[in-house]
Amino acid sequence: MRLTRDEQAMLDGSAGGAKQRAMDLLVRYAEALGAENFVNTTNVAGVPGSSTLFLQNYYQQRGDASYEAVFSQFDLDSNEIVDVPQMEVHACHLQGGLDPVAWPEQGFSQAAFEHQMEDESAATSHGIRMLKTCTPYLAGNVPAFGEHCAWMESSAVVYCNSVLGARTNTEGRESTAAAMLTGKIPDWGFHRDGFRRATHRIQVEVPVESVMDWGMLGYFVGEMVGERIPVITGNLSNPDLVRHKHFGAAAASSGGVEMYHIPGITPEAATLEMATGSNPPRVTIKYGPAERRRIYETLNATGKSAEVDYVMLGCPHASLEQLQEAATLLDGRKIAAGRALWIFTSRAVKSVADLSGLTKTIQSAGGMIMTDTCSAIGRFVPKGTRVVALDSAKQVHYLPAMMNVEAWFGSTEDCIRAAITGRWEGACL
Amino acid sequence: MPVAATIILRGRKVVGGVAEGEALVTHETVSGWGGIDPMTGTIIETRHELRGQSFKDKILVFPGAKGSSGWSAAFHLARLTKSAPKAMIFNEMTTKIALGAVVTRAPSVTGLDQDPLTVIETGDWVKVDGDLGIVEVIKKR
Repeated sequence: MRLTRDEQAMLDGSAGGAKQRAMDLLVRYAEALGAENFVNTTNVAGVPGSSTLFLQNYYQQRGDASYEAVFSQFDLDSNEIVDVPQMEVHACHLQGGLDPVAWPEQGFSQAAFEHQMEDESAATSHGIRMLKTCTPYLAGNVPAFGEHCAWMESSAVVYCNSVLGARTNTEGRESTAAAMLTGKIPDWGFHRDGFRRATHRIQVEVPVESVMDWGMLGYFVGEMVGERIPVITGNLSNPDLVRHKHFGAAAASSGGVEMYHIPGITPEAATLEMATGSNPPRVTIKYGPAERRRIYETLNATGKSAEVDYVMLGCPHASLEQLQEAATLLDGRKIAAGRALWIFTSRAVKSVADLSGLTKTIQSAGGMIMTDTCSAIGRFVPKGTRVVALDSAKQVHYLPAMMNVEAWFGSTEDCIRAAITGRWEGACL
Repeated sequence: MPVAATIILRGRKVVGGVAEGEALVTHETVSGWGGIDPMTGTIIETRHELRGQSFKDKILVFPGAKGSSGWSAAFHLARLTKSAPKAMIFNEMTTKIALGAVVTRAPSVTGLDQDPLTVIETGDWVKVDGDLGIVEVIKKR
């Protein structure tokens, strides 16, 4: 690898132990990738230093479970504990494990809550901003076109590359922690022009209009292209933020899609030719009524009982307009006895929802708005839940396997109706 | 007595070190966070062909990584619980798998001169030399 003078100095330890460990990790990582140099980044999103009770116990048994001990040994993959200084660049914390207020409903102990607050206080004192969301782009961190970032969270990464035209690979917990301290990330993959061109074309031959449609198409695309870059053409409409959010999250879950192009819509593809570069797509895949039907059935594969216990919305974290939609559907109504409706969002969006009366409307109907986390990230469902209803293909992908529950997938309206009636009545229209 | 057939594959280092063990092969990409149980090394993804099987102490042979950016942290955690694969052999380089292999500290190779998913079958005995990028396969029969 070619290191600049400042990178070599950090690696040599002249900027302190933490930056030395961070550069060592970044060099090992870059060499594993086959990268030849680093790019500078000032926009890093990760989950630095957060520890579950398992990690706490693990490091406690080895003598030290302080924030710095976890940060050193887990985040920086260091054998030694080092002093962790202030983060060097704009560092934000993505989603966490529990809601800072509704944690008792989520089934967490007082100890788990207090531990999370200690982590948060330690992170803040190291200069990490607690956005606590999988949607930083809805909570104050919106990268500019072409900006080099180092982000975790696959749904945020695909949004960052595809919709904003900023540049990030899917980073991990350790690489983002190291980037926060050094402002460096391997110059590989999506940081480079040539890598960002589509190789696969998806021709959409069935109308894709609603958020549910976009989520299903995303799930199909991820299954079809895996980690490759698709360009999507054909019968797409209403390409707003929420639809991109659900499409990208789904494509990044069923596959590993980190970037997509839609000619005329996404910023690096004014035309199909710009999306693909000089090489025409290697493969063209059709998405028609049969494919749509198959995806609907795949996403509903675990749903058996129509008696829904729990409706979870907000994956990825709900935008203000999604909270508005939920509030409108719930206004003046009540969710069925014994059912739970939890909607997850960021602290930033919830604070606006609170001030706009949306939270009150949703609460009056018996629903809750929660922040920081979601059922899959926090591994919790309301006590006794056997059957859940979801409007996110991504959450359907994860939750049944993680929590051993049945899941139904449908529109936001299908889900809210299930919360009100207690029964799943969704269908593939 | 029949001599077991040995096949040598050559590729490049991802993570150095040497390990050997029984191969666990999948033709499907593997999710980290949400796709494995890091406490036991078991694959839990709903429709994965290896669902319910553990890669603990195996040589994991797979196309590559997919899914959540928690891939590295999930495999890192599997290392702490001693449930990680002994070594990894894969085809498709991504940031998830590169970082994951680094923090799992398991000898890992990619870019092999023959497709490891075709040459290696579950149960074969496999030696991985991460530093030299060499994989030695002893067929189970």
